Amino acid sequence: MTELRNRGGGDRDAENISDKDTDGEDRFGLGGEGDRDSKPDTDTPEVQPSVDNTPKCLNKALAGMSSRWKNWWIRGILTLTMISGFFLIIYMGPLPLMLMVLAIQIKCFQEIITIGYRVYHSYELPWFRTLSWYFLLCVNYFFYGETVAENFGNLVQRDEPLQFLVRYHRFISFALYLSGFCMFVLSLVKKHYRLQFYMFAWTHVTLLIVVSQSHLVIQNLFEGLIWFIVPISTVICNDITAYICGFFFGRTPLIKLSPKKTWEGFIGGFFSTVVFGFIFAYLLAQYNYFVCPVEYSESNSFLINCEPSDLFVLQDYTLPSVLQTVLRWKTVKIYPFQIHSIALSTFASLIGPFGGFFASGFKRAFKIKDFADTIPGHGGIMDRFDCQYLVATFVHVYLTSFIRGPNPSKVLQQLLVLQPEQQLSIFNTLKSHLTETGMIPPAIRGP
Amino acid sequence: MTELRHRGPTEKDLLQQQQESESEVRTDGEAPSDSEIKPDPGVPPTVDDTPEVLSKALSGMSSRWKNWWVRGILTLAMISFFFIIIYLGPMVLMMIVMEAHACLSVSLPVCVSVCLSLCRYFLLCVNYFFYGETVTDYFSALVQREEPLRILSKYHRFISFTLYLTGFCMFVLSLVKKHYRLQFYMFGWTHVTLLIVVTQSHLIIHNLFEGMIWFIVPISCVICNDIMAYMFGFFFGRTPLIKLSPKKTWEGFIGGFFATVVFGLLLSYVMAGWRYFVCPVEFNNDSNRFEVDCEPSDLFQLQDYTLPSVLQSLIGWETVRIYPFQIHSVALSAFASLMGPFGGFFASGFKRAFKIKDFANTIPGHGGIMDRFDCQYLMATFVNVYIGSFIRGPNPSRVMQQLLALRLDQQLHIFNTLRAHLIEKGLLSAIEEAA
Repeated sequence: MTELRNRGGGDRDAENISDKDTDGEDRFGLGGEGDRDSKPDTDTPEVQPSVDNTPKCLNKALAGMSSRWKNWWIRGILTLTMISGFFLIIYMGPLPLMLMVLAIQIKCFQEIITIGYRVYHSYELPWFRTLSWYFLLCVNYFFYGETVAENFGNLVQRDEPLQFLVRYHRFISFALYLSGFCMFVLSLVKKHYRLQFYMFAWTHVTLLIVVSQSHLVIQNLFEGLIWFIVPISTVICNDITAYICGFFFGRTPLIKLSPKKTWEGFIGGFFSTVVFGFIFAYLLAQYNYFVCPVEYSESNSFLINCEPSDLFVLQDYTLPSVLQTVLRWKTVKIYPFQIHSIALSTFASLIGPFGGFFASGFKRAFKIKDFADTIPGHGGIMDRFDCQYLVATFVHVYLTSFIRGPNPSKVLQQLLVLQPEQQLSIFNTLKSHLTETGMIPPAIRGP
Repeated sequence: MTELRHRGPTEKDLLQQQQESESEVRTDGEAPSDSEIKPDPGVPPTVDDTPEVLSKALSGMSSRWKNWWVRGILTLAMISFFFIIIYLGPMVLMMIVMEAHACLSVSLPVCVSVCLSLCRYFLLCVNYFFYGETVTDYFSALVQREEPLRILSKYHRFISFTLYLTGFCMFVLSLVKKHYRLQFYMFGWTHVTLLIVVTQSHLIIHNLFEGMIWFIVPISCVICNDIMAYMFGFFFGRTPLIKLSPKKTWEGFIGGFFATVVFGLLLSYVMAGWRYFVCPVEFNNDSNRFEVDCEPSDLFQLQDYTLPSVLQSLIGWETVRIYPFQIHSVALSAFASLMGPFGGFFASGFKRAFKIKDFANTIPGHGGIMDRFDCQYLMATFVNVYIGSFIRGPNPSRVMQQLLALRLDQQLHIFNTLRAHLIEKGLLSAIEEAA
């Protein structure tokens, strides 16, 4: 979430948090003093003071301005840069998008794990960095293997080694994970048991949050680029509009956790996001490129071409009489998808901020200002993506519950793996069903 | 894993606890021997939970033998309990598994009252999700019949997600200024526990539905490995295995391995003869009961195998009639013996890390339920993955369901592909389908 921060060039006062305090919390935090929140701006000595990462060219261009406006300009320019980058990658196609999601996921993982290391002073732990990255690799292998098996059926059928990998995919992933687990157990060192268990748990929770979300994002992507773009855009829009509304009208604080959030910002952001989502969905729903499921064709490329489903065909809706009197239109032609987009925007505005509060609480709990310093003016990648946590899951659940039926190629794959007698019985059942519904003419059996 | 422990606080222990000060030297290292483990001030000291009747009966013996007898009796009680439950059937087994892991989650020493209700709420949500998926998969006909159940199952994921989200929002709103870090620890802890415990029990239930033998044999192998490794270690143990658990020995490990493989072979031979164990559990819609009746698959029919010549010269037999399942049981036993102990080491490391002696005091002589189940962690996942990879294909009724849920043109497309495939294989004669 956007919080007004003083970024760029400021030196931080590092306060010496005594070891006693940190270690006292190692014992489940019981009897510890919890957090001393009276000094929210101090960092622990291990966390690096924020470094001015602004590129030199920007610094020169803005050299004349006062510090506050300089800060604004840097944030603004970086925001625009990120958004343009996002659109550029969308233009380039699904594969760069997937790679971008993967890259972001890895960076998020690295940021969170680094925080864990700093909190527990555990850089010196033997093996542990290797193990964390190894677990990341295993879980990614598992998830991306499932994706490949599901969506790249053509490619897989052709290659013999790929077929083998796909067939025993779960077993191979499990074996890889087990090796990691055994390495962990063997690496337990006498003086550092608790630390190692903490890092183990930390790694797993991070994997759970970060990797499963990115996997769901990719699944959404394959459903159609619009299911990827619209949710992410609504979250970004909510961020920005809540910030702007809060800046101009903000008066009543929203939650103690993030003192700069206001109710006015929240509500203003909500309405703006719904409107934005509505309009944006209208713009995107016209293009096959965004609307069609991504398929991998035999010619080794991604194919985004199809007959748009009912969801993306303009339909007439009769306005409720209230709106009729206001707008003086009887019916309106909109895409059914726009109605879904209202649901997505509502979720992004109402629940998305909770992801931000979660991240704020996390940062306060571990006394860090930002997750990292990757993006000048904004903090780390996690700072940008903290509201997206739940939205990706929501979109995926929404898709599977309300929109999408089972995937036909997946069903076909499963069919072909069954025993021949089972295939035969299914064939007969299907034939009678199709004959009933009139899809195939009734067979005239010869003698 | 079985480790020789002194149960019940002795005079020396009580004295030590009284002398406990808040600022004890914080070493994360292990205690050299069990009787010197200093319990954490926040954790209640071990209580002697032995039922009175046992205490009276064994009051005459010396402390060490008394300990042995208590453990032995409880072991036998648990094993008999296990077999009784198997007899009672799959439904009961399912409920027991649910109960067991409900106990597991609560017996963790970390749950502070502030977040306890949230922990329980998350446990409820995740359970609801997993069991809903199970019900949808296996009880499909029942579900289709009842209208409210049908809606629940159709939007199951959405409902589960909403429940989880509510918990998440409650967590965020409940963050209290002074206790942020503690609350985040609780959150993380809850999720890791759910990840480990609940997924395992869910997979156990899946294995159960595949056939009770897939449930019984793995668990029995792990228990057997426990007991056998302990006995071999007791009689022959000399070389320590791993610094983490000083009482484990290589002799126990290897002896346990061979004994478990043999035990697995014998047990699966005995069980594979009974339909009750071998058939997939199905829910009969008409009689509203669980049905365990079918034609046993190839895996459970005696077949002749030619022994490799090495064994031939040794045993003097040419062929041997065994169930193919027994070969799989060798794989399962091998896994239980080799990897199961790692689960135990993990739990030992965990206990040393947090300076607890046992997870809880639920079972006298043995500690908490987690102490008994610590080797089973990975076993359930392994069996499930094994079945999915090597044994079972997709469930045909489930495939049929999915087929019927597709659009009609997609169904037609699949129909044609399937027809071409079947004709190719010769299962359908082309002439029949020409009309």
